[in-house]
Amino acid sequence: MANRFFVSPSPHVHGEMSTVRIMSDVIIALLPALVVSIRVFGWGALLVTAVSVVSCVLFEFLIQKFIVRGPLTVNNLSAAVTGMLLAFNLPVNIPLWIVVIGALFAIGVVKMPFGGIGKNLFNPAIAGRVFLLIAYPVQMTSFPSPTIEGYVDAYSGATPLAAAKAGAVDFSNYDVPGMLAGAIPGSFGEIATLALLLGGAYLLIRRVITWHIPVAVLGTMAVFAVIVSLCRCEGYAMLYQYPLFHLLAGGAVLGAVYMATDYTTSPMTHAGMLIYGVGIGAITMLIRLWGQYPEGMSFAILIMNSVVPLINKYVKPSRFGAR
Amino acid sequence: MMRTFPIGGVHPSDNKKWSSNSAIEQMDLPDVVNVPLSQHIGAPATPKVAKGDKVRVGDLIAEATGFMSANIHAPVSGTVTAVDMQPNGQGLRQMMITIRREGDEWAEGIDRSDTIVENCELTSREIIDRIKAAGIVGMGGATFPTHVKLSIPDGKHAEALIINGVECEPYLTSDYRTMLERGRELIIGTKILMRAVNVGKAYIGVESNKPDAIKHLRSLLDGTEGISVVKLKTKYPQGGEKQLIAAVLGLRVPPPPALPIDVGAVVCNASTAVAVYEAVQKNKPLVERVVTVTGKHMREPKNLLARFGTPVEALVAKCGGLPEGDVRVLNGGPMMGRPLVNLGMPVMKGCSGIVVMSGADALRGRESACIKCAKCVEACPMGLEPYLLSKLSRRKDWESVERGDVVSCIECGSCQYTCPANIPLLDYIRLGKQTVMGIIRTRNAKK
Repeated sequence: MANRFFVSPSPHVHGEMSTVRIMSDVIIALLPALVVSIRVFGWGALLVTAVSVVSCVLFEFLIQKFIVRGPLTVNNLSAAVTGMLLAFNLPVNIPLWIVVIGALFAIGVVKMPFGGIGKNLFNPAIAGRVFLLIAYPVQMTSFPSPTIEGYVDAYSGATPLAAAKAGAVDFSNYDVPGMLAGAIPGSFGEIATLALLLGGAYLLIRRVITWHIPVAVLGTMAVFAVIVSLCRCEGYAMLYQYPLFHLLAGGAVLGAVYMATDYTTSPMTHAGMLIYGVGIGAITMLIRLWGQYPEGMSFAILIMNSVVPLINKYVKPSRFGAR
Repeated sequence: MMRTFPIGGVHPSDNKKWSSNSAIEQMDLPDVVNVPLSQHIGAPATPKVAKGDKVRVGDLIAEATGFMSANIHAPVSGTVTAVDMQPNGQGLRQMMITIRREGDEWAEGIDRSDTIVENCELTSREIIDRIKAAGIVGMGGATFPTHVKLSIPDGKHAEALIINGVECEPYLTSDYRTMLERGRELIIGTKILMRAVNVGKAYIGVESNKPDAIKHLRSLLDGTEGISVVKLKTKYPQGGEKQLIAAVLGLRVPPPPALPIDVGAVVCNASTAVAVYEAVQKNKPLVERVVTVTGKHMREPKNLLARFGTPVEALVAKCGGLPEGDVRVLNGGPMMGRPLVNLGMPVMKGCSGIVVMSGADALRGRESACIKCAKCVEACPMGLEPYLLSKLSRRKDWESVERGDVVSCIECGSCQYTCPANIPLLDYIRLGKQTVMGIIRTRNAKK
């Protein structure tokens, strides 16, 4: 009986966490929202998602094989996650060739040139989305009306945030259940707030994300809205109606739970995560209320992405026993 | 709310079930023992015997070299056949005394009966002297000489004694069995240790995954003044000295060079407390210990009471031999244990267990790119940034590694355990820590 003895320094056991498991969990968490989107907007939502995922995976594969020539890592599913998140940020009726260009930008410009997974400065899916928004503003902002039985379309093709920007929303009387269920125009992955929150709970339970970033982002947005409402002296009811509107409309939940929590482009300490989240929440509200665009989540995340190296440098975990 | 340490930690599956129900069993006496002169932290002991000498069990065969060292006694009776360099478990040669066993004759004055001796009226000095004479060291694995730990430096003052019954390392059950089977001796040992460091309070810290040990010790303690069992939430590395002090007393020991005594705490392992009882009350030096021999594919995992110097090979054979194929044999648990290159290693004072991992468990997973998930930062019980220290050590940027407080690292392995990318974080952090400690020593020497 000849045994081979294996020797390496401790520890000699490893936990269950792996990159693939984490990425699979994110994909699983996004599925409920995808199902709602398909129900609301039809099979187009699935088609856009499929095209985006396939393009992202293919571009990463091609770049690794022919340009970087390093070991193939595309099977770690991170490109698939990028593809899903990019798709979720697009209108359902977007021409598919634009989706492919968005994927090329996300993977080919934002992710791989910096060294691939773990090394990119900006969130690839968001950067891809912002690139498309600037390059194809018309296609990126024409949203079809949702068709969901029992709910009336109150916004006639404009997203709730765009309607709010145009002054066409009565904040004391908007359709909260409809917004939770996804009966509003918008990027097809951002509308299903309830389904997105469900997926977020799954990610928390699976310890893929911690509460810090989502709570900081959404909490800051809510507090910001309350302060604005107070300054405008709009009465007591608005103190909850106004913040609630901002949390449910647009990409607040998708951004806070799935985009801002991207590992590579968010800080390494809990304190840093809170700073980063507060920054995203505040910048989002500034853009929404006083900026050119009706929605500011994407820009806010990108801006705060650029601050992450600085946060990591100066915000350290509290050392055990340090005075 | 159960108490635990404040930051970091991981939850590896404890895998104690393989051996936790096996009562402590006497290991057969070996025909030949190799007794290393360095079984503790500090200077190796100085041999007091030569080739051809006859020894009885408990005879002093090597004397502590200075204060920071420990006595070593003959674990078997017989003839010394060599005092020479022998390969150890890592394949390195070190000084060992070889004894060929003849019978089992014990030195005079050692009380080997099962009678429990309760009362101890000795002074602190007398207790510490007996502990020193018996060659007792920390038996949780760190092997710090116990008499050094109990000698409180001038100007410092002990407030509380903590008995470490945590055994947070997966697989190991030697402390657990000791708490169950030698509970009364453990409690007397605790009282003796309280006398030694002049404290009125002692806490026995045990994790919640050992409910019967907690129940047993509490029933034995019933009404005893000053000693209580603290049930701790199961979390690795709770058995780390600083983590245990934080969990039990809520006090944080400052970074090195500060010691537990700076917050008034003295920590002793549970098996050490039993050894203290035997040394002080029964005049029995440290010549044997309980070793857990276990593993998922071991035929008969056991807790064996083995004399020092018994080859690991004999222990493994007693438990059904190694499983077929690839193995990783550990001296200690899977989080901090050291891998053996052969089974010739003798059982030593700090050897709490031999864990055999086999098949795929014997291998390391493949490393992939860091995804900056921050799980290592979250897992670090010392509040360090493992990803950063590892990266900087790879770059040999020792200045930055030192600034990252690498010397605070307790090498518990939580970071590497939790890393989804399977990066050997601790390999590099250890390299950085050793290098930085060398740099600090040189710098201090120049001053």
